[in-house]
Amino acid sequence: MTTDVTLDLTKENSNDGVNFDAVKDETIALKVEDLNLYYDKKQALNNINLHIPEKKVTAFIGPSGCGKSTLLRCFNRMNDLVDIARVEGAIKLHDNNIYGKDVNVADLRRNVGMVFQKPNPFPKSIYENVAYGLRLQGINKRSVLDEVVEWALKGAALWDEVKDRLDENALGLSGGQQQRLVIARSIAVQPEVLLLDEPASALDPISTLKIEELIHDLKDQYTIVIVTHNMQQAARVSDYTAFMFMGDLVEFDETDVIFTNPRKKKTEDYITGRYG
Amino acid sequence: MREKFFKSGEHWVWFNAGAIAISIIMVVSLIALIAIRGLSHFWPANVHVYQTQLDNGTQQLSMGELYDEEVPKGADPAVEKQILLKVGNRDLYGLDFRWLKARNITDVSMREDVMVIERREWGNFYGFVENVRFDGKNYSVNDETFYEKFQMAIDRANELHDTVKDLEKGDIGSINYQLEQLRLDRRRLELENEATDEALADIAQREQALKDEFEVLQAEMFAIYDKANRDSVDVVTIDGKPLTIKASNIVMALQPNQMSWIEKVGHYFIKVAEFIFDEPREANTEGGVFPAIFGTVMMVILMSIMVTPFGVVAAVYLHEYAKQGFLTRTIRIAVNNLAGVPSIVYGVFGLGFFVYFLGGSIDELFYPEAKPAPTFGTSGLLWASITLALLTLPVVIVSTEEGLSRIPKSIREGSLALGATKVETLWRTVLPMASPAMMTGLILAIARAAGEVAPLMLVGVVKLAPTLPLDGNAPFIHLERKFMHLGFHIYDVGFQSPNVEAARPLVYATAFLLVLVIILLNITAIKIRNRLREKYKSLEH
Repeated sequence: MTTDVTLDLTKENSNDGVNFDAVKDETIALKVEDLNLYYDKKQALNNINLHIPEKKVTAFIGPSGCGKSTLLRCFNRMNDLVDIARVEGAIKLHDNNIYGKDVNVADLRRNVGMVFQKPNPFPKSIYENVAYGLRLQGINKRSVLDEVVEWALKGAALWDEVKDRLDENALGLSGGQQQRLVIARSIAVQPEVLLLDEPASALDPISTLKIEELIHDLKDQYTIVIVTHNMQQAARVSDYTAFMFMGDLVEFDETDVIFTNPRKKKTEDYITGRYG
Repeated sequence: MREKFFKSGEHWVWFNAGAIAISIIMVVSLIALIAIRGLSHFWPANVHVYQTQLDNGTQQLSMGELYDEEVPKGADPAVEKQILLKVGNRDLYGLDFRWLKARNITDVSMREDVMVIERREWGNFYGFVENVRFDGKNYSVNDETFYEKFQMAIDRANELHDTVKDLEKGDIGSINYQLEQLRLDRRRLELENEATDEALADIAQREQALKDEFEVLQAEMFAIYDKANRDSVDVVTIDGKPLTIKASNIVMALQPNQMSWIEKVGHYFIKVAEFIFDEPREANTEGGVFPAIFGTVMMVILMSIMVTPFGVVAAVYLHEYAKQGFLTRTIRIAVNNLAGVPSIVYGVFGLGFFVYFLGGSIDELFYPEAKPAPTFGTSGLLWASITLALLTLPVVIVSTEEGLSRIPKSIREGSLALGATKVETLWRTVLPMASPAMMTGLILAIARAAGEVAPLMLVGVVKLAPTLPLDGNAPFIHLERKFMHLGFHIYDVGFQSPNVEAARPLVYATAFLLVLVIILLNITAIKIRNRLREKYKSLEH
């Protein structure tokens, strides 16, 4: 269709693609302020400013290596595990800087749950997987655990499939079931925010569909941030979308706007499939 | 065709398979050799009578079990071939064994009424019974009831012997132990200047009570000894030498030439059971090896108890907490190199550091009353176990570290993302998942430690330990005691024994037993590991 395609690979130096107005009526759960992240000397995130609304689904899209996972892992300080990573700037969870000095990282992570690309259930029973986070908090009362496990598994739309084999090893579940188990495990501790790092990329289409339905159901209760490669998926599940490119946050707006009427050429190029 | 064969790499497959085959053949034949040589020792062989005319013309009668045949190197088999005969009767002949030149043998025959008597002293007797004195009456071999009475005499003597043994080990041993404790109590009071008349009187009173008890038991024992000496049997050797053997000196008597195959099998298993469950007799050349089995197993268990936590903690620190840099790299290399240090060096270290320094200090601090006799300041079970724990530590560290690094990062992240701290992640997820690797380390450690002899000779093993390190006297486990070990037993019986020829089959039998014990210990550990593996099998994508 287009005759000559010149890809714009320049750095984005302003945040003019971020439409803060789009979320001005929402309660903001996470505020990213001037966030820079360095791996040793290499900068991986450039001056990110972003508002993530509460109880909505926000999707991060962008080509591989653009920093969307890195940004996601900043929200629960998973990047702390990488020795060479250094973070500047602030991320505020309800106005408390999670990179503040006296922040308890374990508490933060309980509040900001995370589901990874590959299902990573523990080699324990299904029941113990879901109860793991509760046991960490010292909750060992069987009746409480029973209740929460059932609630969480129902919340993750897995209860009907596993209710008769809660004591079986979680590794015996299918990939899609495992991923929903991991989601159940995360919501069992009742976090405010749920970070999903390409949760369906290792799954078959039917499992993917189930996960997407689940995300849709969960957004009434949780603020969800999802990283995805799959633009159709972003369009289907998210309310807001952020497009990232080479460590920059290029554009942020309502999902409809991003997919129908992007402001930036880079966004348009990506969405129309010119690269990525 | 040929080119295709080489191109497909088939020749490498054959090469590798050949190497494996050779390894397996070697292992199997090794075990087969020691098993056959060792286990055949317990078979009641037929006893033959050899009539020989020596080179100087004298006639000689020999009777015994055929043990070995040999042709001196380079000699003519027809002229120089000789056979080794176990003739027994050490008290009469001076030696249990006799070489006979094959060319001198004029006749070989078998007599049905040969009696082999296993004795507590002087080894086996080979000959013929003539008379048995049972309960004050004489029974000649021609009497109808002779064999019955003979067997009754032996059974009775064995029963009495067991009673004496039980008394010695049980009640008398316990009294001796308590007396020694009282002596140490008194000495302690004296050293601490708390030896009031009251306290001393109390001890003296208790001592007296024990001594009274002891007298009674001793009198009882002497009475049994007297009783045991009542019966005896008159025997004669093939060359007509008469001898009287007390029934109390007889372990068992058998007539191998009359025994049916089934009887022989029965006897065989009795002998094997004796070997496994009895204590050694006659400078370890007769009887069983139970104390050595016990010592080996107990030492390995103690070593495992010490090495596993220590090695795991070290590995967890190295892998999870220590900053990976020059220092940790150096430590890791050092740990790996520790595994290559010759074991005798560990023995020397154990002797110098554990026994003399640590043990000496412990004696100084806690056992001043026992001085100058050392308690922990001499080689013993505790120090042997610790020395071996040190020796096997690298193996456990290395395999635990390997296990830790095999745990997928995603599992750790999953746990951390749920709000677990690093320690909680370690305890709840990482360590359980690494437990099979720890067991692998322990398996390797056991395999190495159970067979180790050289360092043990310096830090705790003895030829003959009078008491087991585990008994009925509080505190039941006596870590300071010396112990026996199968590996050392092999060395001792094979090379330090006064009767090497007789001991040789025992060397094989003991070696076979040692291999069995190690295999058994290993199988136990492997079973546990497989259980853990099944339980904590991780995502192996």
